[in-house]
Amino acid sequence: MVESESTLTASSEKRPCDENSSHVNSTNAHSCLWLSVGSLWFREIRAFYRQRSRVVGSLATPFIFWLLLGSGFARSFRADIEAGALEFFFPGMITMVVLFTAIFSNISIIEDRREGFLLSVLAAPVPRPVLVLGKVLGATTIGLTQGVIFLIPAPFLGLAFDPAKLPAILVVIVGMMLGLTGLSFFFAWWLNSVQGFHAIMNLVLMPLWILSGAIFPTAGAAEWMQWAMKINPLSYGVRALRSLFSSTGSADYSLVLSCIAVLATFAVITLSAAFYQVSRPSARHLS
Amino acid sequence: MSNTPAVSVQSLGFSYNNNSALRDVSFEVDRSDIFGLLGPNGGGKTTLFRILSTLLPPEKGTAAVFGADVRAQPISVRRNIGVVFQGQSLDRHLTATENLEHQGHLYGLRGADLRSRIDALFDRLDLADRKNDVVDTLSGGLRQRVELAKGLLHAPKLLLLDEPSTGLDPAARLQFWEHLRTLRDHDNVTILLTTHLLEEADKCCSLGVLDRGTLVAVGTPVELKNRIGGETVSLVGENPEAIVKELSDRLGVQPQIVDGSVRFEHPQGSQLIARLMENPQEQIQSVTVSKPTLEDVFIRTTGRSFTDDESG
Repeated sequence: MVESESTLTASSEKRPCDENSSHVNSTNAHSCLWLSVGSLWFREIRAFYRQRSRVVGSLATPFIFWLLLGSGFARSFRADIEAGALEFFFPGMITMVVLFTAIFSNISIIEDRREGFLLSVLAAPVPRPVLVLGKVLGATTIGLTQGVIFLIPAPFLGLAFDPAKLPAILVVIVGMMLGLTGLSFFFAWWLNSVQGFHAIMNLVLMPLWILSGAIFPTAGAAEWMQWAMKINPLSYGVRALRSLFSSTGSADYSLVLSCIAVLATFAVITLSAAFYQVSRPSARHLS
Repeated sequence: MSNTPAVSVQSLGFSYNNNSALRDVSFEVDRSDIFGLLGPNGGGKTTLFRILSTLLPPEKGTAAVFGADVRAQPISVRRNIGVVFQGQSLDRHLTATENLEHQGHLYGLRGADLRSRIDALFDRLDLADRKNDVVDTLSGGLRQRVELAKGLLHAPKLLLLDEPSTGLDPAARLQFWEHLRTLRDHDNVTILLTTHLLEEADKCCSLGVLDRGTLVAVGTPVELKNRIGGETVSLVGENPEAIVKELSDRLGVQPQIVDGSVRFEHPQGSQLIARLMENPQEQIQSVTVSKPTLEDVFIRTTGRSFTDDESG
């Protein structure tokens, strides 16, 4: 997905497609569509790296959480966590990177609307789902890059990391990113204040993370909570990552594959919801 | 040149949660016109603007831009229109050039063609030396010109502007209007703008006066003012009702009371008043005689004063 994006921005010198709407052939119309998506994608990336505080915040926060939770739990409790606490919390922290990236990318929808940028996209001759695609692919690229950066210190902190597992790890991250960005887009589209989005973040998105198995294992939880964890798509991301980072032998690839299938379904559902939402014209998102 | 008008609006209606914002609005804008939609805030201008820019589908009636229906063919309408929104639609973290690059991509422009269009527009709008400045650092007048450049990038045939002068100082307003006139004169761009400023409406070639969702008058500013008559007379006194009665009994005019003052229009307003003042029956504190303004047009057509605390 990311590759198709970069080839898109590189390929150039095709006829501009605004000449006359009547005889635009379909290939041309497609290249226009991808030009718009690519442009919005690049805007996301650029907005991210221009905001130094965001780069530092989104990388440092999960790292600090990981070190504090991991080190704290390692001393305080020795209950069900067989492996080291740092290893136990590592997949959860990757999930947190993914979640935070999805959240912060979508806060910008509310800002774009308040500042008017969104209006000029809505008034352009491109279908509205272009907005969702630009946002989701941009956020996914950022989340993936951060996930990779997060992997670098792992071996030095005593985690089992096998480069052969990298493709599977990246696929899991992309799966979670797509689903969560779609979900946050869905919420952000309806809200007109950043405060409202923070409320959704605390009421819906953070509980998704807490109930994903990121900070406590499913096994010891209360029964209702086990059910909540079972229907939480993020649990499958955490479970797949835990298997891929396990220091006790090789990863269970059939488990990983079924987790990826769940994440893919989650992504399809949330992205369809976002597409549907954005395509419905309404006065509500104009001011 | 074809005779299809640039904009054609028929019996347009729209309401937000049962509050109707537009009621049975019909008008046409000729090609190469500068058409102003004048009205107080809340009059329905922004709703009409959003319908014409395809952001809102009309509920009742139709609206077409160069013959293309805004509901049925929004994409072809969008190719023909350049939209300059009220407030800012620029990404303030990006430079002027970067903003225009994104805009160009959305319209299918790229590469050398896009770059030369951007440079040409910046030259024309006197922005060339600021093109690599981050929008956040530009003054209101400069930003408004970048907005204009953004709306013009794909060479639209119709430019829609929502309250373009809001937030601009008088010098920047004059300069902005120079650019609009050049566009109309040299590039045959049709311009439709909304405004709540009477002095801005006076600069338009044609006007539609919009009040409470209804189009109450359409014509050139001069036509609209001539319709009123020669002179506008305004009287202030202790007892407005008694003054009205005296005026209608003795002079045969039908005045209105607006904001406590008595007003009427008459071809020879000053002569009538001279007759009245020879032998006034009622206490009159002041008399003003003036050529009609667009404000008088508004008062005459709506019976209310054009109060707007945001003007100026």
